[in-house]
Amino acid sequence: MVLVEAIILSVLAASTPLLLAATGELVTERAGVLNLGVEGMMIVGAACGFGGAWLSGSIVVGALCGIIAGMLMSLIFAFMTLGLAVNQVATGLALTIFGIGLSGLIGARFVGERINTAPHLSVPGLSDIPLVGRILFGEDAFVYLSLALIVAVWWFLYRTRAGLVLRACGDNHISAHALGYPVLRIRMLAVLFGGACAGLAGAYLPLAYTPFFIPGMTAGRGWIALALVVFASWRPGRLVIGAYLFGAVTILQLHAQGAGVGIPSQFMSALPYLATVIVLVLLSRARTGGSTAPAALGTVFVPDR
Amino acid sequence: MQLVLEKRAERSRTIALVSPLIAIGLTLVTMSVLFALLGKNPITALGVYFIAPLTDGYSLQEIAVKATPLVMIAIGLSLCYLANAWNIGAEGQFLIGAVAGSWIAVKTQGTEAGHWVLPAMLLAGAAAGALYALIPALCRVKFGASEILTSLMLVYVADLLLDYLVRGPWRDPAGFNFPTTAEFDPVATVPLLIEGGRLHLGSIIALIVVICAFVLLDRTIKGFEIRVVGVAPRAARFGGFNANQLVLVTFAISGALAGLAGIIEVAGPIGHLQPGISPGYGFTAIIVAFLGRLNPVGILIAGLFLALTFIGGEQAQITMKIPLDVTKVFQGILLFYVLACDSLILYRFKLVFAARQVQSGAG
Amino acid sequence: MMKRLLGAAAALLLAGSIAGVAHAADKLKVGFIYLGPIGDLGWTYQHELARQALVKEFGDKIETTYLENVPEGPDSERAIEQLVRAGNKLIFTTSFGYMDPTLKVAKKYPNVHFEHATGYKRDKNMSTYSARWYQGRYIQGQIAAKMSKAGVLGYIGSFPIPEVVSGINATMLGAQSINPNIKVKIIWVNTWFDPGKEADAAKALLDQGADIIMQHTDSPAPMQVAAERGKLAFGQDSEMIKFGPKAQLTSILDTWAPYYISRVKAELDGTWKSEDTWGGLDSKMFEMAPYTNMPDDVKKMAEETQAAITAGKLHPFKCPVVGQDGKEVECKGGDHLADGQILGMNFYVKGVDDKLPGK
Repeated sequence: MVLVEAIILSVLAASTPLLLAATGELVTERAGVLNLGVEGMMIVGAACGFGGAWLSGSIVVGALCGIIAGMLMSLIFAFMTLGLAVNQVATGLALTIFGIGLSGLIGARFVGERINTAPHLSVPGLSDIPLVGRILFGEDAFVYLSLALIVAVWWFLYRTRAGLVLRACGDNHISAHALGYPVLRIRMLAVLFGGACAGLAGAYLPLAYTPFFIPGMTAGRGWIALALVVFASWRPGRLVIGAYLFGAVTILQLHAQGAGVGIPSQFMSALPYLATVIVLVLLSRARTGGSTAPAALGTVFVPDR
Repeated sequence: MQLVLEKRAERSRTIALVSPLIAIGLTLVTMSVLFALLGKNPITALGVYFIAPLTDGYSLQEIAVKATPLVMIAIGLSLCYLANAWNIGAEGQFLIGAVAGSWIAVKTQGTEAGHWVLPAMLLAGAAAGALYALIPALCRVKFGASEILTSLMLVYVADLLLDYLVRGPWRDPAGFNFPTTAEFDPVATVPLLIEGGRLHLGSIIALIVVICAFVLLDRTIKGFEIRVVGVAPRAARFGGFNANQLVLVTFAISGALAGLAGIIEVAGPIGHLQPGISPGYGFTAIIVAFLGRLNPVGILIAGLFLALTFIGGEQAQITMKIPLDVTKVFQGILLFYVLACDSLILYRFKLVFAARQVQSGAG
Repeated sequence: MMKRLLGAAAALLLAGSIAGVAHAADKLKVGFIYLGPIGDLGWTYQHELARQALVKEFGDKIETTYLENVPEGPDSERAIEQLVRAGNKLIFTTSFGYMDPTLKVAKKYPNVHFEHATGYKRDKNMSTYSARWYQGRYIQGQIAAKMSKAGVLGYIGSFPIPEVVSGINATMLGAQSINPNIKVKIIWVNTWFDPGKEADAAKALLDQGADIIMQHTDSPAPMQVAAERGKLAFGQDSEMIKFGPKAQLTSILDTWAPYYISRVKAELDGTWKSEDTWGGLDSKMFEMAPYTNMPDDVKKMAEETQAAITAGKLHPFKCPVVGQDGKEVECKGGDHLADGQILGMNFYVKGVDDKLPGK
């Protein structure tokens, strides 16, 4: 049982950056904008988050720096795609290239420094409950924050008028515009939210996961977050499942190796990706009234005058 | 104050020609500031990036070598994108093409096999790339699964398959178990165009691909279909065009081109199969496709131009000790400007100072 | 027409290459090709430290240049050639994957000298150099066996290439010399560098009962995980004690500076010739970081083993070496395995309870 608890804890930690980044991207895409620059925003968030924490000595300041950095990155994207109606796929990829370079420049002076990790919660009595105690009450704040955030996003999207408007922009911007909603402004806010989440997700890596900064430390997690959004068919509930499933497969394949299961490690490493493809096909096939892609996703909108 | 876009009645031809120049001008200004901040002489630095690589034959040749796979993949991708099929996984198709072609090279190694080997490899690479690209295409057509996601996921799978093969079954027996196949035999190698250089037959193939794509899009009914389906899917349906079939066709073509690029790269500049044969060609090609405005000739120019920044970036590292990260930032900024200025072709930018009016009525 | 065009292009190229070579300056130009960013805290960082040591040692007599983040694919040949054309006369290519590109460029420029790390192909103007890290792994194995309470070691592998496999075997042989029943759990992460994944692997190993973490990947993440859990670990490539002051037992330090200095000196003196250098503790191709976080008797044992290996009295792969299948491995090197057998090691020794990938 101890091993099960340990595995769950590792899965929580491994899934949290994915969940954070994917939550932001989900909102962005729900508003009809496809931002492929998540990896770039994350790595800049990681560099600035670490830098902030190192200079100030505070994890909270670090997290804020990460969030702000992610938002500034997404502002570039918003200006390009919403302000100038540039193709979103190309802009997103350019944002990633730019972010990788920028993070290297920012992070150069922090390489080799270390900070203390974000403290884990400790609720006297509760954190010591066997099996569930550490999982429910003993992880770092980011883990719970990411879950609170996705619940908030669910509530916002499905239970508020503003959420309804945002989804309307994503499904049919022409109608939304006709009804008098400021499509571009709503989309910009959604993109900024996505940037903030990606920045926080990036900052999570050096602040809580592996407390140092190294160029390229996001190692493709931004791309996985993007995939998760599609995997979840743009629904918050499925996003949580997807993120934890992905984290679980990653961790379990490591455990399977440690336990001496004799399958080539490359096949095990490929499992999460294959699983994603298969689950996606199954989901798309079943499509039990579930929403698929926002209809206007990735298309340019320019209000007529 | 607010920035407002106004759609032009038709594409502006003047701006189409001028916009890259504006973009480059803006990039030069921005980078000059950045170089100055870094304490480097902006004029010299920009010279190293843009001018120096164009002044000697060696660099020109390297630019062509670097641009070859980018252009080839980007041409295929542009067909997909024109038809509204979003192939993001060209990187995976590139790798699978390289693997399939290498299979023939590995199996014929050291035998008497004749000159059929290389053509067979190229065919196998293209076929495998096409088949691999058809997986996401079929998933979309049959099950409605997003091809963006499935094609991207299959990149990782292809990467790991390649990794497994070169570390396991296809390892060079004389190579101390290092993860690489043996060097391909001469009959399994793409011939060089210039003795002692690196320019190879692949660059000619890439040029032929550009011409074919141009003819396809401009002169054939299929090309017309591709464009109509992309721009006006409903009209295409009324016109009796089968959008699903086009998804399959364009994915197959782009997969074949990516696979071909993969095997050419392996049988050409690299000479054997190993992990890491692609420094992200499949993804960079997406940018090339858009920089080239999804137009074959544009893609050729864009591919060469992006290759120039890679070569220039290396020379800047050598001669001016400018870190590689600056080159990445530079590429990013350049792409931003080029994309932004291209927006001028379709739209007029206007600054509106009055309070914003709420529009009513469908546009 | 086509022919004439090509001819013109060739002439142009030739002119270009002559111009490129003619730019030789008075100072000796030394170039480096790096796999990672110089700030990777591991492999590339150690090469960069050695380059800085060169600058310090020779001052105005040399000029050094590096290209970082050069992928081991088609770009590396161009990067190497760019260094040649920039007038570098001695070029260090610091990763295995640069082997064939280095060889190709070396054949093209016979007057330039090349040094390729960890490879096995050489030429008149191309040397190879590497370190006998397995010696250090043997010492680590002994320390691990002494320090492990559970008798289970956790080993994070990058890729199952001979260097890593021989490291695992040397570790086990060292550990078995202390505790014949020692167990090792191995996780291959299929990457040299992904801090998150390395941390996950370290956690998985600890969760499965290992209490010592050993890594053959480059980031300090596993060390940090061990430190956080109050467990012990060995560093890799560089000094990682900063990341686990209470966790690091020792670390294998890549110290390229002495070798680089000797090669540059030879180049300056005009005595450079192609060599195959595979140096160990005796020639200081690598060093052991201070032995920390262990009782004095273990420290003493480690120092003695180190001294014995340095003096050539102890060989980690002394015969008989018994393979996983229980059969004795053919002894080609007299009383120990031959260098070729270690360089191409593709089997596990007895006691490793794992299947070698790709076998």
